[in-house]
Amino acid sequence: MEETIRFELNGKKTQMLLDPNLTLLWVLRNEFGLTGTKYGCGMGFCGACTVLLEQEAVRSCTLPVSDAANKKIVTIEGLVLNGNLHPVQKAFMEHDALQCGYCTPGMIMNAVGLLLKNPEPSQQDIIKGMEGNLCRCGAHVRITKAIQTAGKEMKGGK
Amino acid sequence: MKKIITNEKESLTSQERTGMKRRDFFKLLGGGIFIFFQPRDTFKLLELQAQQGRSLPTEFNAFLQIAEDGSVNCYTGKIEMGQGAITSLAQIMADELEVPFENVKMVMGDTDLCPWDGGTNGSQTTRSFSPHMRVAAAEAKTILMQLGSDYLHVPVSQLEVKDGIITDIKNNKSKVSYGELTKGKRIEKHLDGKPELKDYIKFKYVGKPYLHQDSRLKVTGEAKFSADIQLPGLLHARLLRPPSHGAKLVTADLSEAEKIKGIQVVRDGDLIAVLSDDRDKVDQAIVKVKAGYSFDETEVDDKTIFDRILKANSETNVIKSNGDLETGRKISDSVTESEFHNSYVAHATIEPHAATAMIEGDKITVWVSTQQPFRAQETIAREMNVPLEKVRIKTPFLGGGFGGKSAHKQAVEAVKLAKITGRPVVVAWTRQEEFFYDTFRPAAVVKITSGMDKSGKITLWDYNTYYAGARGSDTIYDVPNARTTNYSGGSVHPFGTGAWRAPGNNTNTFARESQINIMASKAGMDPLEFRLMNLKDEKMIAVLKAAADKFGYTPARNPSGRGYGIACGTDVGTLVAHIAEVKVDKITGHVQVIRVVCAQDMGLCVNPQGTTIQMEGCITMGMGYALTEEIQFQGGDIKNHSFDTYEIPRFSWVPKIDTVIMDRKDQAPQGGGEPTIICMGAVIANAVYDATGARLYQLPMTPERILTAMKKT
Ligand code: FES
Ligand code: FES
Repeated sequence: MEETIRFELNGKKTQMLLDPNLTLLWVLRNEFGLTGTKYGCGMGFCGACTVLLEQEAVRSCTLPVSDAANKKIVTIEGLVLNGNLHPVQKAFMEHDALQCGYCTPGMIMNAVGLLLKNPEPSQQDIIKGMEGNLCRCGAHVRITKAIQTAGKEMKGGK
Repeated sequence: MKKIITNEKESLTSQERTGMKRRDFFKLLGGGIFIFFQPRDTFKLLELQAQQGRSLPTEFNAFLQIAEDGSVNCYTGKIEMGQGAITSLAQIMADELEVPFENVKMVMGDTDLCPWDGGTNGSQTTRSFSPHMRVAAAEAKTILMQLGSDYLHVPVSQLEVKDGIITDIKNNKSKVSYGELTKGKRIEKHLDGKPELKDYIKFKYVGKPYLHQDSRLKVTGEAKFSADIQLPGLLHARLLRPPSHGAKLVTADLSEAEKIKGIQVVRDGDLIAVLSDDRDKVDQAIVKVKAGYSFDETEVDDKTIFDRILKANSETNVIKSNGDLETGRKISDSVTESEFHNSYVAHATIEPHAATAMIEGDKITVWVSTQQPFRAQETIAREMNVPLEKVRIKTPFLGGGFGGKSAHKQAVEAVKLAKITGRPVVVAWTRQEEFFYDTFRPAAVVKITSGMDKSGKITLWDYNTYYAGARGSDTIYDVPNARTTNYSGGSVHPFGTGAWRAPGNNTNTFARESQINIMASKAGMDPLEFRLMNLKDEKMIAVLKAAADKFGYTPARNPSGRGYGIACGTDVGTLVAHIAEVKVDKITGHVQVIRVVCAQDMGLCVNPQGTTIQMEGCITMGMGYALTEEIQFQGGDIKNHSFDTYEIPRFSWVPKIDTVIMDRKDQAPQGGGEPTIICMGAVIANAVYDATGARLYQLPMTPERILTAMKKT
């Protein structure tokens, strides 16, 4: 049943003997200890479990790990490069775009995915792109602003 | 000059609570200066003691340590769930002690380290807790100055302190740091008595906007929540759940589940669980358990519940009464009778309840997402039949609480399973379990009969609130003949209910402020002018005017077609006034909130940044109970299992939000985590009326209900 599954996780080539039907979310959290990726609903409704798969934001709670085979995965832990926060992380701090922080990793990963696709999103683009990510604390206004700020910085930095 | 009392008493009553022996306590914390303090008045304590059936430490329930390295640690049983206490408490501490903000560390919600606390709720942290903390900090500073004076051989009056360094004013080369002064010392001081508020003008940190102190941990994914604790040999557990509340397990066939490789099946009475190293495996295994139930369900659903509430055998309590209702009726020129309904709503925190339990020898350690660490400790000690000190609760970050993380079912389950299996166990509820075991905000009814004279002065106010709770039921208006009656105590709910952000107040404010607008329209008056005419409370008048100013409000009789709503109220000592603008799609009944302005008077605002965030959060969250959130059920069967059928606010809902915090530096700080949510039902209902002429008497104002109400106009 188990097979060797290879992927690149947060920049590192990785392989592991796994049941291919396991959910990516639980593999990340339990096999790799990457608990920054959160469970919120397990059904694709909230976005707390969002990670990047080949630069695209996906819901890891509904993705069998076999779908990630031979692909690049980035989790919230992989955004920090050489101790430097990613512009989206920085902007979330700067704008205080969080309260309890539970939705935050998913929000940030979804925002990074959004900015990779559309480096200069309008306010409407951001709302549309983030609509499927839920935040119960009501940090939305600040998250929207943080994404705008980060977009500008990412563009300037390139 | 103050005398330093070095307290060498050997008994810390609190060790009985925390299970920590005095020696261990200091071994763990090292030396330094300790200030123990009691953030509640004795009367309340006794009351609490009676309520909770336990004796409380009489000496202290929080303490402050200036450690030997000069760092400042505050140990408190309060927890951080997004409300920002970790930041605002540190600000207060830094100011009183004159230390850099970064040097202050809050240690929260660990029952072994922190003294007993009644839990984090009712916006008490700043209101009741922080003034005592300030006094403790001031006391610590006095001790440090005295030590500094001895060390530098100059009188205290000749010293100044900045950033934790005491300097001789006459010779600025002569100085010493707090850390040097505390080295090798252990000084204890116990404080009692009421704190007095001091001059706030000089504060450097308090009153300034501070970003969340914990945000770096949260944006990097390093912040640990209760399901994130990784322990060697950890087992994931899923438990068998009944299909509805009130269902009793009759038969259970575990054979299919037992066949699955790597699955351990556990049965202990009605507790049936599957455990494995893999979460996916237990998710698959739990559905293989075949169970039969007997049902004994109450015949009630989300439509008939209101009738059941009104017909229940309730206790009736007149909470407030002045004048005479009969007289009021007689002198009233017009009388308005209304009945308002409010549905059950869920807390729906994005983090579901979770607990990770570990048993080493006879010591049980549990990481729990709870607002009540000490109550969790008691519950577990009772359930496991062990002494309190054998249970340690650790409270990592909470992924939202809002009153919903007050029961500890998941923690008891994790501990029981850890005991049975002999391994650490994590119980992390699924979203469906979360919706099933939530302690919902209770459905409620409010009936109001009110009257006014020809000029629009309110002359009669007969207010009856059923099962919402009394909070927020006060008549804030100046009425000569008024009575508020609270109905409660009957068994009406087919499942658990409990506190939900500003308990009771959302329902009561919705009813009262809707009624006021109904009356204003009847009187042919603008609803703001109607309020101002009927209010005596200067503070309430000021917040209403401030909100109107910010909004750029111009008076008009409703419905004006503009879609403007207004509402005001009080909660946990804070006054709020909201003005909103909405657009109603007259074909679909969909409401879009365009703009919300809120003005708030909360006394001294410790952290304006944190407060603004709480206000934005309340406004955003409050749109949910106003427009979509409603638990659907048939007897004990909860129909909502996830966010597909239970709609909470999303990005596209968010209006333009403006907040005004009244400048009241001279007044004691009041609650800030809840008040701004209380008006959201009323302000949107009133705006919908102004837009369409349709009056909504029930929350949430779903498109269907709006279309139905529009047909009636
Ligand atoms: S946990 Fe994956 S979308 Fe909610
Ligand atoms: S910050 Fe708490 S859910 Fe978003």
